[in-house]
Parts: sequence; C-alpha cells; structure tokens
Amino acid sequence: MSLLQVTEVSYSYNFKMPFQSKDPSKNVLQNISFAIEAGTCLGLLGTSGAGKSTLGKVILGIQRPQHGKVLFQGHDIYNADKITKRKIRRNLQAVFQDSYSSVNPRMTAESIISEPLDNYEKLTLTEKRKTVISLLERVGLSERDAKKYPHQFSGGQLQRINIARAIALKPMLIVLDESVSSLDRVTQSLILELLNELKIDFGLSYLFITHDIKAAFSISDHLGVLENGELIECYDSKAQFFESKHPVVKRMSDSMLAEHPRDRSLTV
Amino acid sequence: MGTYIVKRMLTIVPIFLIATLITFGMIHLSPVDPAEAYLAAANIQPTAEMLAQKRQEFGLDQPLLVQYVNSVIQISKFDFGVSYVTNKPVWEEVSSRLPATIELTLASLVIAIVVSIPLGFLAGVRKNKEIDHFSRFLSYFGASIPSFWFGYLLIFFFSVKLDLFPVEGIGTWKHLVLPAITLALPLIALYTRLLRASVLENLQEPYVLFARTRGIHEKSIMGKHVLRSAISPMITGLGMNLGKLMTGAIIVEAVFSWPGFGRYFIEAIFNRDVPVIQCYVLLAAGLFLISNLIVDIIQMYIDPRISREGRQFQ
Repeated sequence: MSLLQVTEVSYSYNFKMPFQSKDPSKNVLQNISFAIEAGTCLGLLGTSGAGKSTLGKVILGIQRPQHGKVLFQGHDIYNADKITKRKIRRNLQAVFQDSYSSVNPRMTAESIISEPLDNYEKLTLTEKRKTVISLLERVGLSERDAKKYPHQFSGGQLQRINIARAIALKPMLIVLDESVSSLDRVTQSLILELLNELKIDFGLSYLFITHDIKAAFSISDHLGVLENGELIECYDSKAQFFESKHPVVKRMSDSMLAEHPRDRSLTV
Repeated sequence: MGTYIVKRMLTIVPIFLIATLITFGMIHLSPVDPAEAYLAAANIQPTAEMLAQKRQEFGLDQPLLVQYVNSVIQISKFDFGVSYVTNKPVWEEVSSRLPATIELTLASLVIAIVVSIPLGFLAGVRKNKEIDHFSRFLSYFGASIPSFWFGYLLIFFFSVKLDLFPVEGIGTWKHLVLPAITLALPLIALYTRLLRASVLENLQEPYVLFARTRGIHEKSIMGKHVLRSAISPMITGLGMNLGKLMTGAIIVEAVFSWPGFGRYFIEAIFNRDVPVIQCYVLLAAGLFLISNLIVDIIQMYIDPRISREGRQFQ
C-alpha cells in the first residue's frame, strides 16, 4: 500500500456569475493519479497556473475534489471518520510558500512550534520546552530564537520555523508547496539540504511542489510534470526528464540555463 | 514591556498640558467675561467698579502667561476654583457626583462587553445563520433608536407595566439596570458589528486555514487565532468610547434622574459658570487620555509586536 494514493482526481472552481447561463466552471485538475511511497519524495513541476497548488490543497484535505479519491495510508481523507481524520492530519503536514502568512504574527516561535504538540500530545512544560529547543536546533536556529516573534525573523529563518512546526509531530508526509520558491539561492540550497537531512533522519516523504526545476532535482526521487491541470509525464530520474519528447517538458528543460555560458543557447 | 508603559505614561503629561492651554485659550477667546458672568449668576446688576474689582479678584488683570501658569499650578492641585453659582469649590461638587457617573459608565461598559463579544464573535463564525440575523437586527435597532426614547420605553415596560425596576434614582443594583442598558445599547450595536467584521476578516487569514490543515482543534483555532486577533480593533474602539461614554451619559442621566455630573455640567453651561466648564473640559481630556493608556496597555498584551516594534535591529 502506498503512503499516498491519488486516483483520478478532478477539481474545478465554480465561478458562477449572476445572469450567466453558461456554466463557466474550468477544470483546474483533470484525472490526476499518482502515488507516493513511504520515505520518498515526489517532485511536482509545473508552470504557474498549472494547478500545482490546487492539487496540494486537494491532498491536504482543504478542497474536496469533484471526482476521484485521495487515500492516505489507505484511508479516504474526505470520507474518513473524525478519529481517522485527526490521525491523518497528524501524519500529513505542510509548509507553504509565504512563511509570514503561515504563522500567527502574535505568537512567539516557541508557541508556534509547540502548537501541534499541545494539540496532539500531552507533554509537561519542561518536556515541551525541551522538544521545542531540540526542534529549533534541528532546523539550525538556537534557543535564543524561542522568544522571538515572526517579524523578528528573516524569510529563510521563518521558513525553518515552519519546517520545525511541520516535523514536530514526526509526520509521514509533508506537502512542500513552493516552500523554497521565495527564498534566495543560497538560503534555498541550505533549506533543501536541511529537508534532505530530515528526510533521511525521520524517514519522511515529501510532495515537493515547485516551478523550480533545479530545486526539484536536488530533492526528488521521482518527478511529475503538471500542465493545464493534467499530469502529463512522470520520471524516475533526471535523465528521463531531459530525454522527454513532450513539447511542454522540452520547453521546461530548455528554459534551464546551462552551467557554463558557452553551453547556453538563447533561443527565445 | 515595562519601559514601554512608562514611556507611554510620560506622553500623557505634555498632551494634558496642551489640553489645558487650549481650554485656557478658548475661555479667554470666548465673549463671556468671567467677572460679568459671576455677577450675573449672583443676580447683581454689574457696575464698572464692581467688574474691575471682580477682575482683580480673579486675577484677570494680570498678563495672560501669568494667568495660565497660575491656572496650571492650581489644576495640578485639583483646584478648579469656585463655582459662580453655588460658591462652592468646583472639584468638591464634581467629585461628589463622579462616583455615580463612574458606576453607570462602568456598568454599561460591562454590559456592552459581555453582550457584544459573544454575539459579534458568533455572528462572524456563523455568518448568515440565525444568530447573525439576530445580531444584525439588534445592531440596526440599537444604532437607530435615540437613547432618551429607548430609556423611556424601558421605563414604560419594565417599571410601569411590569414593576420590575424602579423608575428613577440611585441606590440598589435594580436602579442601575435600566440606565446601564440604555447607555450600553448603542455600544452593543456598534461593537457587535465591528467584531463580526473583524472575525470574518481573520477567518480568511492564511494561518487560520493552515491551522485547520494541520489538524489544530477548532476551539483552539477560534480562541487563539481568530478571537484574539479580531478583538484588537474592538478594544481600541471601546477605549476611545470610555471617555465619550462618561461625558456623554448626560441624556441617560436626565431620563433616569441619575445624580451623576452630567446635569451639573449642563446647568453650568447655561449659567456661563466658567470654572465648572473648564473643569468639565479638562476632566474629559483626562478621561480620554487615561482610557487610551489603558487600551494601549491591554493591546500590548494582546499584540506583543506593539512594544517590540523595531527591536529586531538592535
């Protein structure tokens, strides 16, 4: 059984305007199926508007798809009973692109990270504090940062706090929705390194949603390309991606700048 | 946090001084001659001699700056002079009426908070459900009905018809109920709507949605994330209104014959009783300053960013 099994998922936003007879609903996702095995990372590539974030939301249980099923450890996340749902949510965490809007600006780093612990586990104050400090240290921050508020951190630091919050409960799958996209290259690579380490240490699985091909390569075990709401191709290696004949994939791989200027062919 | 409170308290001093300057200036700019007003209040036909004598007595013949400094020194000792009408010290008269007004104001404030917080919050969470419709009705009703009429309606139903509460006066808690509700109604109307709008806005915040995806208990989301953030603008509004409430209780005090300071001040205005008017204006200024200080301190606890702004660069 796969950790996450997405079967023939279709989703459309209904923008029904008054006095409009035609149903203008547009399929944002069409017949999407894939699976994520425990301990692996699926990178989901796509240009903006391809439906990546919508797919992330469908998997996180925020947007119920009109068709198809999302199974987490074999449980349908939209039709599970309350207790199972709670268990699924515990094991399915997320880190989003905008680190600032993901946290309550009125809470300290410590209370942000300990919120999931309060919610799922009954720890004493000292145990909780110890856990929070070890989590902070795990993501490269220090005990001194515990009492700080979100506006006192940089974007990269705050994203580390979001990651610490996501791993606090030792989940099985983390949906990383453009989690490193708004960070500069250096911070990006540091965060990706951290994510790779955590994946090995905790046996995590990721769904890595991004438009950044390089970032996707550096972390993913498998790759999928999403275009206009359809999952057009899946690959098990970097080479397969570059060998693809699909025009969309071709355009994507061409858009990547070569390492050396002499190899760059500017055919825009 | 302590330094912020001290800093914030120190700003009150210059603001209050400016308020005294404006009050002093307005009184001297107004066409009312205090000496003449004094004699008129005593029913004496003023002669030039008497006016000159009174002016000297009040120190009105001295340079303006000296007069102002003297008045500030007196005010700092809570000496607002002697009423022209009753010939008693103003502060003595005001302070004997102050407790009644404070009692009424605080009671209505408590009613306003106790009603509008749960009502506004539930109306926001259950948008377009029964509770929301009810809150909308109550808000339109409370905002559009004049206080004096609502007060008389309450007296008519609850005192005259049902004989549940006394018609007027002060004494037991029963005396307090009707005037406090009358004074609280417009506040309830306003703050229920304000909180509802604020709750709706906060429900849309990404961190609230994300908290749901992380499986955080709904109770915790509502309390920690939604209510705590939503209540902030409401507290600011309430603080701004505390001063207005105290000085604006005049109509309700008149309807219920409540022995607060409202009526005393109204009479002072008609009698051109300058020291009393000055005391009223300064009292109002002081109340506004203090209530805003309290609001800022409460806000600081709700939103710790206020006292920490800019601290990250140190």
